Amino acid sequence: MPYLDMLISALGQGTVYAPMALGVFIAFRILNTPDLTIDGSFVFGMTVCALVTVSGHPILALFAGTLAGMLAGLVTGLLQTKLRINPILSGILTMTGLYTVNYMVLGGQANLYLQSMVNNDSGVAVPVASRTVYKMFSVSGNSDLSALLLSALIMALCVALLAVFFKTRPGIAIRATGDNEEMVRSSSINADFYRAVGIMVANGLVALSGAMLCQEQRYADLGNGSGMLVVGLASVIIGQALFGKRGVTAGLLSAAIGSELYRIILQAAYQIDMPSYMVKLLSAAIVTVALVLPLVKEKSVALRQRRSGERDRSS
Amino acid sequence: MSAHLVVSHLSKRFEAGTPNEKIALDDFSLEAEKGDFITILGSNGAGKSTLFNAILGKFLSDRGRILLDGEDITYVKEHKRAINIGCLYQNPLRGTAPSMTIEENLAMAYTRNASKSFFAVNRRDSAHFRELLATLDLGLEDRMKTKMGLLSGGQRQAASLLMATIAKPKLLLLDEHTAALDPATSVKVLEITRRIIAENGLTALMITHDMSMALDFGNRTVMMDAGRLVLDLRGQERCDMTPLRLVELFSDRSGNDLSDRTLLAL
Repeated sequence: MPYLDMLISALGQGTVYAPMALGVFIAFRILNTPDLTIDGSFVFGMTVCALVTVSGHPILALFAGTLAGMLAGLVTGLLQTKLRINPILSGILTMTGLYTVNYMVLGGQANLYLQSMVNNDSGVAVPVASRTVYKMFSVSGNSDLSALLLSALIMALCVALLAVFFKTRPGIAIRATGDNEEMVRSSSINADFYRAVGIMVANGLVALSGAMLCQEQRYADLGNGSGMLVVGLASVIIGQALFGKRGVTAGLLSAAIGSELYRIILQAAYQIDMPSYMVKLLSAAIVTVALVLPLVKEKSVALRQRRSGERDRSS
Repeated sequence: MSAHLVVSHLSKRFEAGTPNEKIALDDFSLEAEKGDFITILGSNGAGKSTLFNAILGKFLSDRGRILLDGEDITYVKEHKRAINIGCLYQNPLRGTAPSMTIEENLAMAYTRNASKSFFAVNRRDSAHFRELLATLDLGLEDRMKTKMGLLSGGQRQAASLLMATIAKPKLLLLDEHTAALDPATSVKVLEITRRIIAENGLTALMITHDMSMALDFGNRTVMMDAGRLVLDLRGQERCDMTPLRLVELFSDRSGNDLSDRTLLAL
């Protein structure tokens, strides 16, 4: 059943990247902020996770990665609110700085395999693969299926927690900050604080994806983050195209589902022999098309109206 | 014992030291007693909105002090002083969050008085919101789950008014809050305004360009020109005043000629 395997593999990828799609949804849709920290915080989650995993704490590693991302978000948040730096530039500054930080976390290398050197019986040091959450969670003979189930569990947990969070008082304060910051301030709520918290949550989720990917593929690579923002946006937009713009819970769900669909589209593209280096261009094209669609619709309606108007006049 | 709101010797220049320098407030002073409802007149650029922004803390004034209920708020941060000040603008979009429901908007505005609960929207507060919405007589009480962005300008402004007053502020600022509404809706929102202020005994300042409205509403009318207070009407003198006489008085006091009549929309 090659197609079922392919579907499982695509869904597996989709679930790993789903928290990132949720993070992008929070930054771009809820906070209305173009946050470019994402490419950097994804790798930050990855590198910190790799370090902690190698030292033998795979579960803690996921939390550590998430926390690292939140820290990156905090920096961007402070640049935006306290230092009043343009949101796009704030993200770029943090992302650029993170490149060095990530390099340092990996000990001056561009990548790190999740393994440690252990002396075997004959006293020779051999590499032994580190334990990962995916290795620990094995419910089926098919490791891809096990991985999918575990990622899906994490994804469901994220969606559920966020859906609840955005109904609490801090949650609606964050939503209102993205919607109408002036109204938040006049409700005697510190909008700067909630903007920073929102960016932290968004980047924490992005970093969680990085951490999950790191354990799933068993290595961390500084190059893994590039273009992540566009991938996340593509997921959010695909989800939105399917389910429309609705409430916050529906939005979170559609972002997660969008992430799955995005991977299925990619998998399908690979089937027609698309070389893997085409991925980024395809992602960019998907986002562009999705963004332009409303304009095309509007123009075509206007064109039809003009034509029918001309026909009426000539008859 | 000082007055409820004291604005003393407030001055603000914009773009000071440049050729575009503009004196928005010039040694401006005003006192309001608790429960005063003061209407503020003045042509464009007289400094009315600047006065509101100074009270709201959108910028720090160059000179002068602002006291509210005995507390010096001159240097208090904007969102902190908002606890005691409600404000409504001409643009109905400014006071509400469009992608959130009516209920969630009210819950935001109600933050500091709200019942302690895990979720922002809870049954007890919602029942209270429903009662308040019903008093608007716009049918909004049955649409609490509707997104604010779907309401008309008048409905949004009425909801904003409710949000601005829901936490019983010590001071309510109304900056031409009905100017963008159609005449019928405007009358309706003004009646709601009058009722809410009366029922809660709020202290309020209302900017308007409408002379008869300025005399009809509230218990005091002041006039501003070039950042100064040029007229302060109250008591019998105010009762005897007519809109036409007010325009003449304004021309005299401000040194502006009749061309301002058009500006004042009479």
